[in-house]
Amino acid sequence: MAKLLSKRNGLIFVLVVALIMPFIVPNDYILHVLALVCIWSISVYGINIFTGYTGNLSLAHIGFFAIGAYTLGLLTVKAGWNFWLAFLAAGVLSIILGFLVGLISLRTNGHFFAIYTMCVGYIIYLIIDKWDSLTGGVRGLIGIPGPASIGPITFESLTSQYYLLLFFLILTIFITKRIVHSLLGRTFIAIRNSEELAQTIGISTKKNQLLAFVISCFFAAIAGALYASFVRFIGPEIGGIFLGFEMLIYLVIGGLGTLSGPIIGTLLIVFLTQSLQFMQEYKMLLFGPILLIIVIFYPNGIVGAIEGIKRKTRQKRKKSGPNKGYSGIEEVS
Amino acid sequence: MALKVENLSKTFGGLQAVNQVDLEVKKGDIHAVIGPNGAGKSTFFNLISGFHPPTSGKITFNDHDITKMPPNKIAKLGIARTFQTTNLFEDATVLDNVIIGNRLRTKSGLWDAIFRTKREKREEKESLEKAYEALDFVELTELANEPIANISQEQKKRVAFALALATDPELVLLDEPAAGVNPDETEGISALIQKMADSGLTVCLIEHKMSMIMSLADRIMVLNQGKRIAEGTPDEIKNNPVVIEAYLGSDEDESAEVTNL
Amino acid sequence: MDLFFQQLLNGLSNGSVYSLVALGLTMVFGILHVPNFAQGAFYMIGAYVTLTVMTLFGIPYWIAMFISMLAIAFLAVLSERIIFHPLRKAEALHQMMGAIGILLFLVAFAQVIWGPNYQQMSSPYGNAIGLFGITVTQQRLIVIVATVIIMLILHLFLTRTMIGAAIVAMAQNREGAYLVGINANMVAMLTFAISGILAAAAATLASPINLVFPGMGDLVIMKAFVIIIIGGMGSIPGAIIAGYILGIVESFGATYISGDYKDIIAFVLLVIILSVKPTGLFPGRVN
Repeated sequence: MAKLLSKRNGLIFVLVVALIMPFIVPNDYILHVLALVCIWSISVYGINIFTGYTGNLSLAHIGFFAIGAYTLGLLTVKAGWNFWLAFLAAGVLSIILGFLVGLISLRTNGHFFAIYTMCVGYIIYLIIDKWDSLTGGVRGLIGIPGPASIGPITFESLTSQYYLLLFFLILTIFITKRIVHSLLGRTFIAIRNSEELAQTIGISTKKNQLLAFVISCFFAAIAGALYASFVRFIGPEIGGIFLGFEMLIYLVIGGLGTLSGPIIGTLLIVFLTQSLQFMQEYKMLLFGPILLIIVIFYPNGIVGAIEGIKRKTRQKRKKSGPNKGYSGIEEVS
Repeated sequence: MALKVENLSKTFGGLQAVNQVDLEVKKGDIHAVIGPNGAGKSTFFNLISGFHPPTSGKITFNDHDITKMPPNKIAKLGIARTFQTTNLFEDATVLDNVIIGNRLRTKSGLWDAIFRTKREKREEKESLEKAYEALDFVELTELANEPIANISQEQKKRVAFALALATDPELVLLDEPAAGVNPDETEGISALIQKMADSGLTVCLIEHKMSMIMSLADRIMVLNQGKRIAEGTPDEIKNNPVVIEAYLGSDEDESAEVTNL
Repeated sequence: MDLFFQQLLNGLSNGSVYSLVALGLTMVFGILHVPNFAQGAFYMIGAYVTLTVMTLFGIPYWIAMFISMLAIAFLAVLSERIIFHPLRKAEALHQMMGAIGILLFLVAFAQVIWGPNYQQMSSPYGNAIGLFGITVTQQRLIVIVATVIIMLILHLFLTRTMIGAAIVAMAQNREGAYLVGINANMVAMLTFAISGILAAAAATLASPINLVFPGMGDLVIMKAFVIIIIGGMGSIPGAIIAGYILGIVESFGATYISGDYKDIIAFVLLVIILSVKPTGLFPGRVN
């Protein structure tokens, strides 16, 4: 019981810190970076739901990020839609497209799936890049409005935008947590462990993978739409495969298939990049090898490594008294 | 008849892996499938459990035609199976591995997960109860919270049984349940299989350990090169010259076992 | 008609480059079941090594190419030893992440060493010549001929030497190869070395026509993946044929359909193929 309390206290502490951030950061720049961390994290949670929990690598994820961003951008700038309506449209469109892409791509397996989705991602990128009359091509899309006010709440200041993004991130984490700790989440994990075994115990693997894929595309598009409204300018490079790789790195370093991995990985690497300003362009010189070390020695990332240590100490302690009761899926997260 | 297989064939490329096999398994029986290596036993199981579509023939389970059904639907009708390798999730606990077995009897989806609906809570509770029931059956309750990585091979086999049982099956297909388990522990596995049959389950198993089969099985089918060469009670099989012939012409250890009976 | 032959020739030379890169990719896949995303980075580094050796030391084109082949073979073997060997029993996902890690590191490395700008590689075959009534740059002919020679050498190596036969055996049946006592480590290293050599050769041949820059391998590797799926993962003749086909289709597509969307052809083709046949055109190859 004490452990549960301490875990809860830890969460409350992190939440409080996140909430008072605008008042303790020395300058707006850091708040700006934190806001970006919120956006990237939402997208990385999306990758995690599919790649982390069901075990398939989708390289089309970044394409859906771009679809979200461009849907919001085009609908507000060119069609003059209300911001929140366009935001909703971005989410709905990602669900429809994610469903269609997933329906076809999930018929392929393993490496074929990764390469298939890589192709889909690249097609999305190329369409954005070349369809000049619609997307503005390489010049990009400018003048995207920020989030429209909701009743008395406006999002004009950086602080208010930070809170808005934080709200979406917390919502994303909350939904992920609920999914992971549910029967549905257990189903995803069973599929990741062994598709064959999952099928023999009556699980429709394709149906569940499709659901995870659509959820993941939805998170990607929401993150993309938030990005567009926060940065106010988007270009085709936000659909590029290298940005996709970068998000994957956040996830793998933080911890694939863990609840806190995406936020920890993103926060850590984004701030490491910021503090190493001089090597912005060459950051992969550092993160490439870090990724390799993690993949080889800590396949479940930082969070997985910490969980492993915890589990070992718990086992040692357990020898003094049996640990009864329903442990839940925390054991594997 | 719980399971009825008629004229079942499967070809891979030009190879006839299973060739016009008939089989009838009576409810509550322990029915063994034996044969030399490469006789098509595992393929036969894969056909019944829906992993491969048969080339021709018909499979009926409790009057349902399951010939072309996918594995997950077959599981829902009440056929469970275990594999030679257990495939369990090593990082998770025994209990976590078994809880998912009841998933096919639950309906909670994304909505239930996000809003933790009454249905989700009820079904989680049911799954937990079901898992403990299954673990109780295989006598592993005290290891419920142990990670799979920490338990023995024989215990892993029992967890795999528990997972199969948690799907609430009527028929279980066991693919070499005693493989990789030492002789002492084989006794325990045998007793467990007997216990399954006693509790009303129909059991179909592939096994190489002849002494185990002979004492356990009600009926035995012998496959050789994809064909059914004999079917009958253990005594009939033991004295069947065709069977002895088939075994003599193959793997030495097994033929020694069969002739020593 | 002139335009037709012009495009055919362009297609053949582009296809040659695709084939070489795809060959290395498909061999590594056949033996180690790793989709090596880093192959594109090997290709790019290969071009830079040739360029540096040529400009810095004034070494002739062909010798520079040979040095580059050795260097990239070494780089490929090194990544096999340090990264892929420790990951040989890991999940497919982690192997792919390993390959991506190498790719990202090498691209950043090239940016630091050689800068982000486009550079030109001069070859002794810059002149255009008349051939059957059309004008072609000599380099395009060189690419086509050199590729055929390299493929012939590879063919001889795989069919006439013990170690070559071991590679083929292992690509066909991994477990069987272990049983007959093939040194799996040796074969893995050698396969990576070959893929490195092919990448460096392809890059050196293509660079005088295209340009040298850190991102030059990105599209090539993505198309190489398309090629090896079309040709059947692990199939050597499949990779060669599909490589040429893609080169030619792109070349004609750019002329007769749209130059803007030329690069999309490969990906749309693959998406269509896998949508119709999820296991690829030659499913027997993957196990």
